Amino acid sequence: MSLFDFADGREGYYGDYGGTFLPEILATTVEELRLCFRKCKEDPTFWAEFVELMRTYSGRPTPVSYLENLSSKLGGARIYVKREDLNHTGSHKINNVMGQGLICKRLGKKRVIAETGAGQHGFATATMAARFGFDCKIYMGAVDVARQRPNVFWMENLGAEVIAVQDGQRTLKDAINECLRDWVTNMGDTHYVLGTACGPHPFPEMVSFFQAIIGKEARQQIIQEAGKLPDRVYACVGGGSNAIGIFQGFMDDNVELIGVEAGGHGPDSGLHASRLAYKDASVGVAQGFKTYFLQNDDGNMLETHSIAAGLDYIGINPILSDLWEKDRVRFEAATDEMVRDTLKLVMRTEGLIPALESTHAFALAVAEAPKMGKDEVILINQSGRGDKDIFTVADTIEDDHWKEFIKDKAVEYGA
Amino acid sequence: MVLEQYLRDRLQQKNLLLMTHVVCGYPSFDDNWRELEIMAEFGVDMVELQFPFSEPSADGPLFVKANQQAVADGVRPADCFEFMRKVSEHFPFKVLMMGYYNTAFKMGHETFITKLSAAGGCGYILPDLPVEEAGELHTLSKPKELAPIVLMTPTNTDARLKILGAAAEGFIYAVARKGVTGGQTEMGDDLKAFIAHCRQHTNLPIAVGFGVSQKADLDFLRGKADIAIIGTAALKAWENGGEDGLRTFFSGLLG
Repeated sequence: MSLFDFADGREGYYGDYGGTFLPEILATTVEELRLCFRKCKEDPTFWAEFVELMRTYSGRPTPVSYLENLSSKLGGARIYVKREDLNHTGSHKINNVMGQGLICKRLGKKRVIAETGAGQHGFATATMAARFGFDCKIYMGAVDVARQRPNVFWMENLGAEVIAVQDGQRTLKDAINECLRDWVTNMGDTHYVLGTACGPHPFPEMVSFFQAIIGKEARQQIIQEAGKLPDRVYACVGGGSNAIGIFQGFMDDNVELIGVEAGGHGPDSGLHASRLAYKDASVGVAQGFKTYFLQNDDGNMLETHSIAAGLDYIGINPILSDLWEKDRVRFEAATDEMVRDTLKLVMRTEGLIPALESTHAFALAVAEAPKMGKDEVILINQSGRGDKDIFTVADTIEDDHWKEFIKDKAVEYGA
Repeated sequence: MVLEQYLRDRLQQKNLLLMTHVVCGYPSFDDNWRELEIMAEFGVDMVELQFPFSEPSADGPLFVKANQQAVADGVRPADCFEFMRKVSEHFPFKVLMMGYYNTAFKMGHETFITKLSAAGGCGYILPDLPVEEAGELHTLSKPKELAPIVLMTPTNTDARLKILGAAAEGFIYAVARKGVTGGQTEMGDDLKAFIAHCRQHTNLPIAVGFGVSQKADLDFLRGKADIAIIGTAALKAWENGGEDGLRTFFSGLLG
């Protein structure tokens, strides 16, 4: 099935979700982008150019690893991992970013802006901008700036300007609002590199198009490594770009697809970012598109929480909302506590350091694998690496040696 | 159409009408009322009552703060409709709802139209609702004589302006420049040409907003547009100087 065969007059809609809800001033810019993307999508040499760029610049194809130790420890399904963490800049975000860099070049624009939550998308965008010679401004919620300093450090040193957004909840959604404000002002020379498969059409389709590289590779690799298609594929879902990326590889197969959201402190806690796995979200229109949002009865957005900044978002990929309603994708949530435990387990048994975001996918797989048969195969998308989370993880596990190091550093810097 | 006829009647007496803006419940509904009394004193013709939304992505810093503070203070759409009812009963100017589409979407189109009509509103401005998505709301508006206000912008193509002109009722909201609310706008040849361009695609009165903040701007717009829209500048005057500040602002604007 193709997700992007739109019915007449319904371009950009996935069931009831998606669409384009933007101020009129952006209509021309978005139409230009839509037409440019259409041309690129229909041009096979464009995809070849993209794949070649990712091969030579980002180390693609990323491998699929078999986790033998973890599989035998859990005693159920055989567990494999798609290693998006091995991309340049450490996550799947670079796929979309380099693709949009090529689009930006074709649009003839010289400046890029981007929102970022965990900082991975901002980091990737700053890298792309340096490589392509674009001016670059990254909007990041002040709360996220505080918890993801290592990525801010790299963005700034790559030549990007990082703006700490002080409005609202000061996280990802507020960074998106600031990007929209910048874009309505500077659309003449500026392309908005939206980082996830959310926002107005054509962004969900365009981001999915580039992230599909994950699923295309993974399908071939898992057949080679495991000798069969996976029974289940797990991916974490914030905005939902790594999930739709890997899921697209298995859309027509008899493979169960599981999206794992940020359960935070659990259901009914009011401190989570689970739009579909918990019952708190409803359909709304914000940030340019229609989907399930964590909002109140008046349509004002709720506070969200996650241990993983990259999952801490009010809305969800409209394609995934539709696939969830059609029972093609199952949605579950992993709590902060499950994520902490799973990260420790994965580090010790396999020597992998998944990002806190990706660890959500591991957490569900670890919970379900023991109930599956030994002949069954699980594929987890490790969307990013966890090095960036060193401060959050060190806090969580209260590592005394780390604390001493930070204190010594503070003294060294004259604090 | 009630609103269009009202504006045409007013334009018989004045060559440039005035539309102002308040964010409901910011800093409080009492403050809003006192602002509106002053606006009425100065003969304002129309007022937009903005229903606060948590994600005001088309607004500049001052209105962003106002929206978020009002939401944090617990201002709800029901409070805004109730306030609108009092305002429309008490004041001579016409009242419009302004806000973001999710406010109307979440309560349901029919409820939104029914409540707006019952509160004495004459129309609504939803800047993040493109005309392609507004069909049902526009249809529901007709029997209630509510005007869905359409925005025209300097970046629109001719083909697009034609579509916008065909969908519009009441008046056209011409956005004077790129960007969000509250910045500066150069009142010059580009704006003059843009307004003339809008005229080619509509017979409705044209209101110009975004960066209209002083007497010189109104002088510029006279003879070119029909309505001047004062948003951020009035709130700034209120924040800086309260009632006296706002009176001084309008005296200067209209003096």
